[in-house]
Amino acid sequence: MMEMTVSLLPLTFLLPLAGTLLLAFSAGRLGERGAVWIGTGSVGLAALVTALVGADFALGNAGPQTLTLYTWIAVGEFAPSIGLRLDALSLTMLSVITGVGFLIHWFAGWYMRGEEGITRFYAYMNLFVFSMILLVLGDNLLLLFLGWEGVGLCSYLLIGYYYQNAANGAAAMKAFIVTRIGDVFLAVGLFLLFTQFGTLDIAELVTRATQAWSAGEPLAQLAALLILGGALGKSAQLPLHTWLADAMAGPTPVSALIHAATMVTAGVYLIARMHGIFELAPAVLYLVGMIGAVTLLMAGFAALAQTDIKRVLAYSTMSQIGYMFLALGVGAYSAGVFHLVTHAFFKALLFLAAGAVIVCCRHEQDIRRLGGLRRRLPLAYLSFVVGGAALAALPLVTAGFYSKDEILWQALAAEQQGLLIAGLLGSLLTGLYTLRLIVGIFHGEPKSKAAENAQPGRGPQHSVPLLVLAVLSTLLGAWLRPDLSAVFPAAPGADAHAGHTAVQLIASATAIIGILLGAWLFLTQGPKLARLAAEGAGAFFWRWWHRAFGFDGLYDRVLVRPFLGLVQSLRRDWLDAFCGLAGQLALVLHAGLSRSQNGQLRHYAIATVVGATLMVVILARA
Amino acid sequence: MELAFYASALVALLASLGVVTGTNPVHALLYLIVSLISVALTFFALGAPFAGALQVIVYAGAIMVLFVFVVMMLNLGSDASAQERAWLKPRTWVGPSILAGLLLLALLGTLLRGDVARVIGGTSIDAQAVGGLLFGPWLLVVELAAMLLLAALVTASHLGRDAEPDRASGGES
Amino acid sequence: MSGIPMEHGLMVASALFAIGLAGLMVRRNLMFVLMSLEIMLNAAGLAFIVASTAWAEPHGQVMYLMVITLAAAEASVGLALVLQIYRHFRSLDVDAVSQLRG
Repeated sequence: MMEMTVSLLPLTFLLPLAGTLLLAFSAGRLGERGAVWIGTGSVGLAALVTALVGADFALGNAGPQTLTLYTWIAVGEFAPSIGLRLDALSLTMLSVITGVGFLIHWFAGWYMRGEEGITRFYAYMNLFVFSMILLVLGDNLLLLFLGWEGVGLCSYLLIGYYYQNAANGAAAMKAFIVTRIGDVFLAVGLFLLFTQFGTLDIAELVTRATQAWSAGEPLAQLAALLILGGALGKSAQLPLHTWLADAMAGPTPVSALIHAATMVTAGVYLIARMHGIFELAPAVLYLVGMIGAVTLLMAGFAALAQTDIKRVLAYSTMSQIGYMFLALGVGAYSAGVFHLVTHAFFKALLFLAAGAVIVCCRHEQDIRRLGGLRRRLPLAYLSFVVGGAALAALPLVTAGFYSKDEILWQALAAEQQGLLIAGLLGSLLTGLYTLRLIVGIFHGEPKSKAAENAQPGRGPQHSVPLLVLAVLSTLLGAWLRPDLSAVFPAAPGADAHAGHTAVQLIASATAIIGILLGAWLFLTQGPKLARLAAEGAGAFFWRWWHRAFGFDGLYDRVLVRPFLGLVQSLRRDWLDAFCGLAGQLALVLHAGLSRSQNGQLRHYAIATVVGATLMVVILARA
Repeated sequence: MELAFYASALVALLASLGVVTGTNPVHALLYLIVSLISVALTFFALGAPFAGALQVIVYAGAIMVLFVFVVMMLNLGSDASAQERAWLKPRTWVGPSILAGLLLLALLGTLLRGDVARVIGGTSIDAQAVGGLLFGPWLLVVELAAMLLLAALVTASHLGRDAEPDRASGGES
Repeated sequence: MSGIPMEHGLMVASALFAIGLAGLMVRRNLMFVLMSLEIMLNAAGLAFIVASTAWAEPHGQVMYLMVITLAAAEASVGLALVLQIYRHFRSLDVDAVSQLRG
């Protein structure tokens, strides 16, 4: 029995793959209902398999193990396998991907109703789930990298889903290129590790690394730094964070699944999985925490000044991933992964609720043109309140509180007061921007026709995923805390207790102050705030934060334009002209020969005979 | 035997010239049949009775019937003759004929310079020998020929179909 | 005179081929073009038979069979094309069928 359930594990990724192939080769013959059923069903079955395996694992019937399916490539010593690693970490990730993924697929059936190319949408979504599962289950870095690139591709495809609009294509390209920069770092990191240890198997690699390298070894630092580069790109952390806000061009379920719940947390997973290497490079690990702290503050300020619902949520996602990086940076991997799980729940909920609002208001997603939707869309309001509370870490009743509190406490226990203060400040900002979002959408007066005529969504496809995710975002979700003690070394605050209660109190107080301050500011002081943001220093900060501290402009000036200038200047040089000679010659010859193609059959025959005669004469003389 | 060969070869050449220079399609077709049958006669004279029989049956029989049908269907008559005469100006035929003559000269030159010095004595190769080879070492080629004929059949039946005007515009294409 | 020199047989084949070739180049009527092609194929068949009998080997006759098969396939497809072209252009002029140009 035990062997049976574990051997079902490959089904988790084979089912979505089968779904992709079925949808891709159906070429639209399935119709909307068929596509929704296959797309959702394959992920649902994968979630069922995950639940079976997870139950066995939780009951102790199946221990951590590696399932080698077959040898992928065999070149001399290098023989990476298609092997699946089953342990608490991969199982946690798998549960999030298939569970939350299933709910989002289900909801997408409602969101995408009547959209063009729904088969394509579900084919991409299933392909994404397939790649993501490979990423987390792969027992070697090469398989992980395959999944890593696969999710990048799906992200690109789905951001550019509405390809008729050129801006969406540009956003997709941006996401692809920026994350590719990180991927190059990761790939170089893999090359480095392979040349050093001759293997890419993760467990084997970490064992050999700990034997060969002492802590602080320059090569270890370099390897960790390169892997971190990959993680930064995928997880949209400073300085490779610019793509995530633009990635909101895709359909909202895509933002929920890929750009909030799963793919962007792949960087967190990668660092957690490779923690053995990072432990050998304390300086890089410290850098991870610093980047997390800076990102969470920067994204928090940026989220305050956005007007698009989805962009607020996008910056909030960056900020929350910043918390996860902070946790990883202080060595509290378990806390980071826990926050990843709760974040997946409440951020998926928020995105889906945002999707519900957007569809109900005929694709209006500007806060300034919404408002007063509280009574019209009660379910979306409820979802936003629950999700927002979890995001702002409302004490005791929400899942977000427990995970965030854990992170802050571990930061203190690791004696990183700077990171703790950044985390607390971020918590305040979170409360503020969450309230701004909720008040902007649901309170006050409707500010446009679309908001006045909003029609609430109906049917279980719309409501059940929202309700399930809402329940998971509360205290109940925190009970699902995975036991990762077997995978990670003990966190810094594992044995200490001094100050835990104090941190909890301070964190609770900060969150509540943030929420109350936000409520007071945005509910009663709206006009004053608007005036403040319109003139003087306020306007400056508004614009600065609205453009997320101007990173896009900076990169444009520092990287893109010099490169384009270089390309322009290299466009017509003598070397290029020399290389183009062959092409020019071909063009001239083509022009000459194409005249002989006059369509006159008899001319062709004559040309053939001339050739034949010449050949006979030449052959006869020889 | 020699006499039969040379005589039938002469007839074949003259009849072929008649095909190429004729203006009436029906007459040209008759010339072509004469040419094919006289080539069949040369086969008999050379000692290849099986090939000769096939030439008569398949070429002069089956293939020529196809030509006759098409000429009938197109109803090529005296109008066509007049058209042919108009097309056959010296300006059109002198150049290509010289070219073909040059090729012939080159071929003949090659043949005369060579020293094959083989004489066809008249030993006859019967159908049994050919059949044994066909279904022995050449079996694969026979299969390929069968495929070729099938493909030709499908192509011809597809191309020769009458495109009905009301169905050509829409629906099944 | 005993026997036919092989060269003579091949000369006849060459002459037939050249006549067919001239017809192919000169004629504008598609029917005549096809007939010229038949003459050329026939000449090729004759060359095979001559070679076959000169060496007293049946292999050449097998090749002749292939030539004849090819001729049958060519004639059926070619004539079907002629019918279509006549329906389309109301003429058999090869020079009129010249859309396929570069």
